[in-house]
Amino acid sequence: MEIFVQQLINGLVLGSIYALVALGYTMVYGILELINFAHGEVTMMGAMVALTVIGLLLGLNPELPGLLVVLAGVLIAVPACMLLAFAIEKVAYRPLRRAPRLAPLITAIGVSIVLQNAAMLIWGRQYISFPQILPQMSFTVLGAHVTSLQIFIVLLCMTMMAGLWWLVQKTRLGRAMRATAQSKEVAMLMGVDIDRVISATFVIGAALAAIAGVLVSAYYGLAHYYMGFMLGLKAFSAAVLGGIGNIAGAMLGGLLLGIIEALGAGYIGDFTGGFLGSHYQDVFAFFVLILVLVFRPSGLLGERVASRA
Amino acid sequence: MLEFLRRPRTRAQARAAIILLAVLLAVLPFLVEAGLSRSWVRVLDFALLYVILALGLNIVVGYAGLLDLGFVAFYALGAYLYAWLASPHFGLHLPFWAILPLGATLAGVFGVLLGAPTLRLRGDYLAIVTLGFGEIIRIFMNNLNAPVNITNGPQGINLIDPVTIAGISFGKTQQLFGITFSSAHFYYYLFLAFTLVTVFIAYRLQDSRIGRAWAAIREDEVAAAAMGINTRNIKLLAFAMGAVFGGVAGGLFAAFQGFISPESFTLWESILILCMIVLGGMGHIPGVILGAVLLTVLPEALRYLGDWQRAAVGEVVVDPGDLRMLLFGVALVLMMIYRPEGLIPSRQRKREFHAEDGVAAQEQASLYDSRA
Amino acid sequence: MAALLSVNAVSKRFGGIVALDDVTLTVQEGEIYGLIGPNGAGKTTLFNCMTGLYGVSRGEIMLDGKPIHNRKPHLIVEQGFARTFQNIRLFANMTALENVLVGRHVRTRAGVFGAVLRDADTRAEEAASRERARALLDFVGLANKGRTLAGHLAYGEQRRLEIARALATEPRLLALDEPVAGMNPAERRQMAELFLRLRAQGVTLLLIEHDVKLVMGLCDRVAVLDYGRKIAEGTPGAVRSDPAVIAAYLGTEAAA
Ligand SMILES: Nc1ncnc2c1ncn2[C@@H]1O[C@H](COP(=O)(O)OP(=O)(O)O)[C@@H](O)[C@H]1O
Ligand SMILES: [Mg+2]
Repeated sequence: MEIFVQQLINGLVLGSIYALVALGYTMVYGILELINFAHGEVTMMGAMVALTVIGLLLGLNPELPGLLVVLAGVLIAVPACMLLAFAIEKVAYRPLRRAPRLAPLITAIGVSIVLQNAAMLIWGRQYISFPQILPQMSFTVLGAHVTSLQIFIVLLCMTMMAGLWWLVQKTRLGRAMRATAQSKEVAMLMGVDIDRVISATFVIGAALAAIAGVLVSAYYGLAHYYMGFMLGLKAFSAAVLGGIGNIAGAMLGGLLLGIIEALGAGYIGDFTGGFLGSHYQDVFAFFVLILVLVFRPSGLLGERVASRA
Repeated sequence: MLEFLRRPRTRAQARAAIILLAVLLAVLPFLVEAGLSRSWVRVLDFALLYVILALGLNIVVGYAGLLDLGFVAFYALGAYLYAWLASPHFGLHLPFWAILPLGATLAGVFGVLLGAPTLRLRGDYLAIVTLGFGEIIRIFMNNLNAPVNITNGPQGINLIDPVTIAGISFGKTQQLFGITFSSAHFYYYLFLAFTLVTVFIAYRLQDSRIGRAWAAIREDEVAAAAMGINTRNIKLLAFAMGAVFGGVAGGLFAAFQGFISPESFTLWESILILCMIVLGGMGHIPGVILGAVLLTVLPEALRYLGDWQRAAVGEVVVDPGDLRMLLFGVALVLMMIYRPEGLIPSRQRKREFHAEDGVAAQEQASLYDSRA
Repeated sequence: MAALLSVNAVSKRFGGIVALDDVTLTVQEGEIYGLIGPNGAGKTTLFNCMTGLYGVSRGEIMLDGKPIHNRKPHLIVEQGFARTFQNIRLFANMTALENVLVGRHVRTRAGVFGAVLRDADTRAEEAASRERARALLDFVGLANKGRTLAGHLAYGEQRRLEIARALATEPRLLALDEPVAGMNPAERRQMAELFLRLRAQGVTLLLIEHDVKLVMGLCDRVAVLDYGRKIAEGTPGAVRSDPAVIAAYLGTEAAA
């Protein structure tokens, strides 16, 4: 029981981070039908930039309050990632809007490789540790161990998601985004500036990704040039699980995937009689992805669109 | 090169060209060894191995239009099977000609197993699912060392038997007919033979009933089905065929290296092979060959960047090995934007990518609405 | 004459839209059967249901007494039922000859081994296929276009190539979705003549067409769809004077 609650909590924390990243995939897919393969790398960049800023500040004055230092890191990382995503869309994806379907996907893979290796050249191959500067408190809930950081992560992710929800449902930009997702042609006729909407979509997704990147590195205490790859794939799986293109679906899918993964890792040993252990954690996301795509390609909340012959 | 061979002006010219090419290929490792170094002969071997892999993946991606990002899984299966059956790991030492067909079959079967549930997915979903499959295989290879040691985990499997033909072990340097053959030389000729067979099969498949069915599916899956093509089976066939080449190449790789570990079978290997196809010209055999050779040789040439840096600044500022993938990424993006049809594309492909109202640009809706 | 194709109480829904509502009709062996109706009436949807691209929501479709609804398209083709598309769907980057050869797929057997080894059987099969494909190109008037990419053909040529490709599957029943749309009167006459030649060769034709004059002159029987329902069926003469038809469709078209 304690293990169950503990894993549930761990899953919830991871899941809310997945959800934050999944939103970026789902928004871009909703509008462009493009799997923005590079999104995971944007997340990684967010973590790396923030850590660099944090390192610099602590280098100047190690006495600065931790929360403030991290906040400064985030405040630099978010615009940096937004700019990056803006540039990626403009340079790599925009010229290919009318190209055959696989072309932009291949480009996206290319961008992903570029970012990953650029990060490796800039920050090296080694793990970068997240300094222990955030206030640490821990509580016991139903026999499980909960830290203040975990609570903070979940709360922040929920807030961000609520904010995004409001943006998409209530603002002019959100309306334009929804219209564009429905039909680019119609939106254009209604006077929506498609290019701006698409840029905005990338930029908003990147902002969420940057924050997710900082959170995940704070949570694990580590960052690495390779971290965006797995995180991105899992977040994408989460988006598919929820129903790609569907914002509420990405949130649900992220949370569910986090929980599935945590429980799976916690119990896989028992299920397989000790044959497989918790280092198979990464496999769950892929199994979920494959199962969903095979049995319910529209995801949990997605609606099935009939095809035309 | 092959293009020239396919469109010779006269029969005599054709014969001359073929003889010239044959002689060149026959003496190439010695030329390379003399002109550069023995390590370059190894590079040559790898180039041939990648030609096999790229032509295999090309059946899936280029012919049938299915983006497979998990191709390396089949390569890994072939390699591990070879290692299991010809190394001290399980104490088995089967001959290579017995293992390769097994590896090919195993890979083909896995191709069908993976393809059966996933092939009705639309292109980009298929890409991600195959990618996931590749990662799953790698994670298992990495972890199946306990409680029963099957793969030996991240350390990989060592001391794999070299290929032995007619009592000659390809693993060591030997004198034959008064000529010194190193291991790399032996494997060069072995790989060359496999490459030629692969090229032959690739051409024959392309120009056949099956090849036309693949092309039809790539062009318009709905119309292909409505013309009587069993799209699921034909796509599975492409998957299985590609996998077979992957499996064979994996076996060759294991024997050649004498050592394998999960590190050799990452997603990036799949992407590298895809890059070769894209760079050279998807679906076009000479293009794919060129792409494979370029992307094997260029990174090796990049190593000289390190020497130049040392000469210029006194130290290696940027490790050329690290630069390799970065340049691949840049090349991939630039190719897709400026020359998506590849360096030497087939005439058809060129049209496809440059047609304003191209059929390829039209959405390939999935086939079945109510039963999907 | 025996019923070659019978559609029994077929309905097809897309979410809330009822595209076909309880449609029943039979096509007799050897006839030219016309299917007319205003845009959006459900004609193409019916074709898609018959040829396996869509499943039916209710009802059944029989070809030669065997059910074909909800079956895979390629199995239906194998049973001798081929079609063309309203919005031409050729393999644009393949040559005209290759397009027709794809149609031969279902009547040929060569597999991977045949392809690689090119044994005598495979060579014979391939040669026969090519000969047949050339004859079909000739039949539809594209004899000298075999090496042209399908996408480079003129519009009318593409329509005819689609027919040749469908004929390559050796259908007993050929369904044509607006085959003369966008053609001038001379081309239309040519096509009508082509249909008659086809019938003379024993192919039963199912024809969706807007050109009322063509349908009336060519078809043995006609069914009229409107909002997914069959509102009339019979000889062209009888249908033409049916008040429901005049109200729904002919009234506007005939006056124009
Ligand atoms: N795949 C589909 N999804 C949703 N609605 C469809 C689909 N195919 C056809 N329809 C709808 O069915 C109706 C009949 O269309 P169609 O069969 O194309 O008419 P026709 O060929 O008689 O002009 C139309 O309202 C059309 O919008
Ligand atoms: Mg229609």
